[in-house]
Amino acid sequence: MNIDFSPEEKAFEAEVQQFLADKLPKEISEKILAGTPTSKDDHVRWQKILAEQGWAAVNWPVEYGGTGWTPTQKYIWANECAKAGAPDVVPFGMKMVAPVIYTYGNEEQKQRFLPDILNSNVWWCQGYSEPNAGSDLASLKTTAVRDGDHYVINGTKTWTTLGHYADWIFCLVRTGDANTKNQEAISFVLVDMDDPGITVSPIITLDGHREVNEIHFDNVRVPVENRIGEEGKGWTYAKVLLTHERTGIARVAHSKVRLEKLKRLAAEASTGLGSLAEDSRFQAKLLDAEIELQALEFTELRTLAAVSTGKAPGPESSILKIKGTEVAQAIDELYMDVAGYYSLPFVKEQFMPEYEGEHVGPGTAANTAPKYFNNRKASIYGGSNEIQKNIICKAVLGL
Amino acid sequence: MDFSLSQEQQMLQDSVAKFVQNDYDFDTRMATVNSDANFNQDFWNLFAELGWLMVPFSEEDGGMGGGAADVMVLMEEFGKGMLMEPYLANVILAGGLLAKCGNESQKANLAEIMAGQQQWAFAYTEADSRYCLHKVSCQAEKAGDGFKLNGQKSVVFNGAAADHFVVLARTSGDSADENGLSLFHVDANAEGVSRKAYKLQDGSNAAEVSFNNVALAADSVLGEEGNALASVEAVIDQATLAVCAEAVGAMGVSLEKTVEYTKTRVQFGVPISKFQALQHRMADMFVEHQQAKSMLLRAVMLSEQDPAAAAKAISAAKYRIGTAARNIGQESVQIHGGIAVTDELDVGHYFKRLTMLEMMFGNSDYHAQRYQALA
Repeated sequence: MNIDFSPEEKAFEAEVQQFLADKLPKEISEKILAGTPTSKDDHVRWQKILAEQGWAAVNWPVEYGGTGWTPTQKYIWANECAKAGAPDVVPFGMKMVAPVIYTYGNEEQKQRFLPDILNSNVWWCQGYSEPNAGSDLASLKTTAVRDGDHYVINGTKTWTTLGHYADWIFCLVRTGDANTKNQEAISFVLVDMDDPGITVSPIITLDGHREVNEIHFDNVRVPVENRIGEEGKGWTYAKVLLTHERTGIARVAHSKVRLEKLKRLAAEASTGLGSLAEDSRFQAKLLDAEIELQALEFTELRTLAAVSTGKAPGPESSILKIKGTEVAQAIDELYMDVAGYYSLPFVKEQFMPEYEGEHVGPGTAANTAPKYFNNRKASIYGGSNEIQKNIICKAVLGL
Repeated sequence: MDFSLSQEQQMLQDSVAKFVQNDYDFDTRMATVNSDANFNQDFWNLFAELGWLMVPFSEEDGGMGGGAADVMVLMEEFGKGMLMEPYLANVILAGGLLAKCGNESQKANLAEIMAGQQQWAFAYTEADSRYCLHKVSCQAEKAGDGFKLNGQKSVVFNGAAADHFVVLARTSGDSADENGLSLFHVDANAEGVSRKAYKLQDGSNAAEVSFNNVALAADSVLGEEGNALASVEAVIDQATLAVCAEAVGAMGVSLEKTVEYTKTRVQFGVPISKFQALQHRMADMFVEHQQAKSMLLRAVMLSEQDPAAAAKAISAAKYRIGTAARNIGQESVQIHGGIAVTDELDVGHYFKRLTMLEMMFGNSDYHAQRYQALA
């Protein structure tokens, strides 16, 4: 039992730092470190740089273009990326659909889809939730009716993050007849967003931005060969995908960087009587966030270590989802505390890349409230934190 | 980075776990709690035979050369059985100080401790010191070649059973000075030593100890005179880490017993495990336990990697584990219902033990403040 980096790992850390210093575009990292919006192009540009280096698919098996890194290397990578202000990997292709394709897809599907994900030639989005299927995802109503070599899809998907950027969508659809049990009638299909019958409509969130969408399917014809795995097994595949989604969701490295920045800002923030960093109520909240994050970091490392011995991320990954989002949201609130009155102005355009006017408030203070409002999503998405507790109860505690 | 246990650690874990499972059931433990005995001497002899009392001592000192991780493995298993034998007082506290500060002849006592032949206690707290280690009024004045010891020590763990004390006393300065503190080896039967023995909430033994003009020889000083604080802090940190491990073990069992109980207790015609109001509380307890375990591993691994980082990591762990211990102890009782506030059920005793561990070597508030104060 030890926490030391080996000489090879130290060399790897130095290599990563050098790579980020050389290759991460400043105009992207500045936005990330300031917490202001990034564009589609920022993400694609960075992903292509990573692909060229062979570091785009951190968790994939080596045979499909993955890195083959050890848990320690992945930990080093995540920390250095967060410190340098590298954008998060857009998860939908790389972390969500790809593991399903390389685990359950046939050879032809792997050849067809994986290289474009690896090289960020195709932007994916997720078609899971529906207006009436949120936490109870298995009650989804979008149908895929077999018609010769095609499925005809009808229904509505919602909360589709960055769906307006997407070229392809992976969907859970209902393929069985009305009498089939919920979970056994669900299939996993890939749909080209250019197919006739698809319309994308925006949903504006509390921060005033378009991040999510509703996607409507009106007699969309999809070749049967776009189904992954067996008909009626989609739920099983989706569950595997969700545990993968949850390990990334903790965002420990990102929260660590935000917390360090928060401490600097608090030391500079005046309360009129001193600095906010000296305020005992603020200190207590900061301490709780900091220590919870330390615990979470080790919970994640323990999970990664278990995965590296061949175990799939199990239901324990629900802890990462719950605690990761709770800590991130606590930090959001602390940023609001630091911003004080300047958390109140709503001047959304001033943080957009094209804005050239004067800023209201110091730094990105006026962006703290939008971020706080927006990030209330974190404890709701990816299976709400209450659903995670249900998973722990059922799969771990046997209740 | 490696989270796995070594083969030796695995064997130690198996051996303690087997003992707790086979020989230390709740009734056996309660027989000692409800007797006049300070602890079970047969078990103590067995621990010596099995080498458990040798774990943290260096091979030069005749020990096994174990580190914080080895102690963690042992204490976590002890915690699962709520062992009340005085491991902490003998091996971690007094033994730790002897090993750290003692000269050759003083270190000879380690062999007796490891063999289970002597009982030791570390007398450091006083009525108005609370958790502050350098608030010491107990005085050791120069007298001839040696010293004369006067003062009182509070809640001395294993104080009733001890044959020997390590006493923290002031040889110079004011009562709150960080300098001027010295450690002394004091024979419990020396003239002028008196004690009021009692039991703690969990049944383990302790005492209030008074020193009234106790004559001490010059060679009874452990380590450098006037300069004891750093050694005391280091040993108390190791003890803090040990009770963190014990708490993680105890809270895991408390959670497990609570989950199992809800599956058998029927109300409103169904097992109460079916109620989501209770399910989510148990899920929260599971998360608390895992986060506590992570903080324990973090503190052990960081303190082994860098002794300079140990104090801060240990205070962070004690704060988080103390919070989890309160939470899991209280929730276990609440979810069980009335049965858990009776003396007959083990869950209430885990609650008591967890409560004590949270208070020992600094409660959660103390360690939160210490964490903030440390650079």
